[in-house]
Amino acid sequence: MTGQHTSVEPRLGPPAAVRQLAVPVIVIGLLGAAGYLVFPEDLAFLTRLISITLLVLSLDLVVGYCGVATLGHAAIFGVAAYAVGNACIAGLADPLLLLAVGGLSGLVMGLVSGAIVTRFHGLPQLVLSIAIGQLVGALSNKLSSLTGGSDGLSGITPGRIFGVFGFDMFSRTGYLFSLAVLIVVFIVLTRLVASPFGLLCRGIRDNNLRARMIGAAVYPRLIAMYGVSGVVAGIGGALMAINTGVVGLDSVGFERSAEALVMLVLGGAGSLWGALFGAIVFQLFEHVVSAANPYHWLTLVGLLLVAIVLFAPQGLGPAVASRWRRLRRAGARP
Amino acid sequence: MMNTVLSIGLDAVSYGMVLFTISIGLSIMMGLMRVVNLAHGAFAMIGGYFASYAIKQLGLNYPFAIVVAVLGTIVISAPLEMLLYRRIYRGAGELTQLLLTIGVTFVIIGLANYVFGPTTKSIPVPAMLSGPFDLGFRMIPTHRLFVVACGLTTALALWLLIERTDFGVRLRAAVDNGDMAEALGIRTQVIYSMTFAIAVGLGAFGGVVGAELMPIEPSYALRYMVTFLVVVSVGGAGSIPGALAASLLLGLADTTGKYLAPEFGEFFFYLAVIVIVFLFPNGLLGRAQ
Repeated sequence: MTGQHTSVEPRLGPPAAVRQLAVPVIVIGLLGAAGYLVFPEDLAFLTRLISITLLVLSLDLVVGYCGVATLGHAAIFGVAAYAVGNACIAGLADPLLLLAVGGLSGLVMGLVSGAIVTRFHGLPQLVLSIAIGQLVGALSNKLSSLTGGSDGLSGITPGRIFGVFGFDMFSRTGYLFSLAVLIVVFIVLTRLVASPFGLLCRGIRDNNLRARMIGAAVYPRLIAMYGVSGVVAGIGGALMAINTGVVGLDSVGFERSAEALVMLVLGGAGSLWGALFGAIVFQLFEHVVSAANPYHWLTLVGLLLVAIVLFAPQGLGPAVASRWRRLRRAGARP
Repeated sequence: MMNTVLSIGLDAVSYGMVLFTISIGLSIMMGLMRVVNLAHGAFAMIGGYFASYAIKQLGLNYPFAIVVAVLGTIVISAPLEMLLYRRIYRGAGELTQLLLTIGVTFVIIGLANYVFGPTTKSIPVPAMLSGPFDLGFRMIPTHRLFVVACGLTTALALWLLIERTDFGVRLRAAVDNGDMAEALGIRTQVIYSMTFAIAVGLGAFGGVVGAELMPIEPSYALRYMVTFLVVVSVGGAGSIPGALAASLLLGLADTTGKYLAPEFGEFFFYLAVIVIVFLFPNGLLGRAQ
C-alpha cells in the first residue's frame, strides 16, 4: 500500500536518522508555537487537543498499521485517565510518574483488549471492540468510588514537573509539557513503525495469509502492537487527567471512540502525520463550529465523512499530497 | 420472587421482540449485502418521527400512521441507497462501510434535530392498546402484547417471503453466490435494492412499534446505533431464527441486569455479547463465511 521507500532514492542533506528526529521536533514545535500565538487565551483547549491527538495516534497504530477495525479505543484512554486520577488523589504527585502510571495502565488495557479483539476478523472483531468499550463505560458508571460516577473524578492536583514548574490556571505549563510529550511520543512512534516489527504489522494488514506463510506469528504481533497502542492512548489519558484535573464518563464513551476514528480517517489512516493533522484539523474546526450549534456540527461532520469515503478514501493528507504532486508535475512541463 | 421472575420474563420478551423487529431488517441486509449499516437505527428513528407527525399533526389513526411511517422512510432512504449504499455492497472493507454509515447517521441526527427539535416525540397509541390486559393471573400493558404479536408476525411473514416465494428463491440464490445468480439471469442489483427497502421498512416499523421502550429523539440513532448491530452479530447475519434467539437472549440479559442490579446499566448486556461472540464468532445460528 504505502510502498514509498525513502532509502531507494538518493537524497542530499542530513542522514535519515537525523531527519527522523529533527522533522517532528521542528514541525510539531512550529505548530505548537502557532497554537500559542493564535489561542493565547485558550491553552486549556490546546492541551485537550494534544491529549486527543495522542489517542488518535494510538488508534492509527492498530487501525492504520494493523488493519484492525475498532470502535472501542476510548476505553483504554479512559481507564488510564481514571488510573492516573486515582494515583494522584492517593498521593502520587509527580507528573512524570503519573505519565508512567497512565502508560502502564494503558499497556495492560491494550494487551487485554488486543488479546480479545485481534483473535477475529470483520464483524466479530468490530462487535467485540464495541462491547469492550461499552462494558468499560458501564463499569465506570457503576464503580463510582473509583470514578466518581456521572459527576466525574475530580480533585486531581499534580505537583511540579521536576519539582520546579507548577501547573498554573492558564495551562501554560500544561501546554508546554503536553507538547513535549507529544513530540517525544511522535519520534518514538516514527522509529517504531519503520522498524522490522512495524513493517511486519503492515505486512499482516495487507495480507494476513501471506504473513502467516512466511512464518510470522500473527496473533502475538497484533497483541504486541495493541499493547504499544495502549501505552500511547494511556499517556494521552494521563495528560488529560493531569491537565484538566477532572476525568468524566465521556473519556471512555463510544462517542469518543467514534470521533477518534473519524479524525484518523480524515487525516489518513496508516500514516502518523495523517493522524496528527486529522486530529488537529478536526478539533480546530469543531472548536469553532460546534460552539455555534452542536447539531449543525454533527451534520457537517457527517457530510464530511461521506465526502471523504466517496472522494478521498485514503484521507485528506494523501489526497492533498497527490493533488500537489500532480500540480507540480503540470507546472514543471513547459 | 415468583412475581419478579414473571415481570422479568414479560419485560424481557417484549424488549426482545422490539429488538428483533428492528434488527431483523439489518440482519437480512448484512446477510445479503454484507453491509455493516450503523445507520439502521437512524432509519428506525425516521420511522418514529413520521408516525408521530402523522398522528399528532395530521390526525391519522395508528395503523395508517404505521403505513405512512414505513413508506415514508423507504422513500427517504431510496436516494441514499442509489447514491451511497450501492457503492459499499459486498466488496468494500468494514472501515469504509463504518465511516459512510456513521456519516449518514450524523447527518440524519443533525437534520432531525433541526426539523423536529431536541425533545422526545411521543407516538400516542390508540385506546385499544393503551390499557392493561388481564392474562388471568396478572395484568400487563396491552401494548406489550401488541409488540410481541408484531415481532412474531414479522418473523413469520419474513420466513414465508424468503422460503416460499419466487423473490425469496432469487434472494437466497444471490446470498449464496452472487456472481452465479447474476449469470443465471437474476438481476442482483434489483434484489439488493428491494432488500434494502424491506430492511429499512422493517426498521421503521420496529421504530414505531417500539417507541414506548425506546423513545424517539435525535440521539436515538446514536444511542442504539450499536445495539442493533450487536443483536445481528450475536444471532448471525441473515438468519431469522438466529436474530430471534439473539434478541430474546440479549433482551433477557439486559432486563435481568436492570431488575437485579440497575446501577450496572448495560454491563450484563455487553458481557453476554462478549461471551457469545467469543464462543460463536459467526453468531448463534450464522453460517461460516
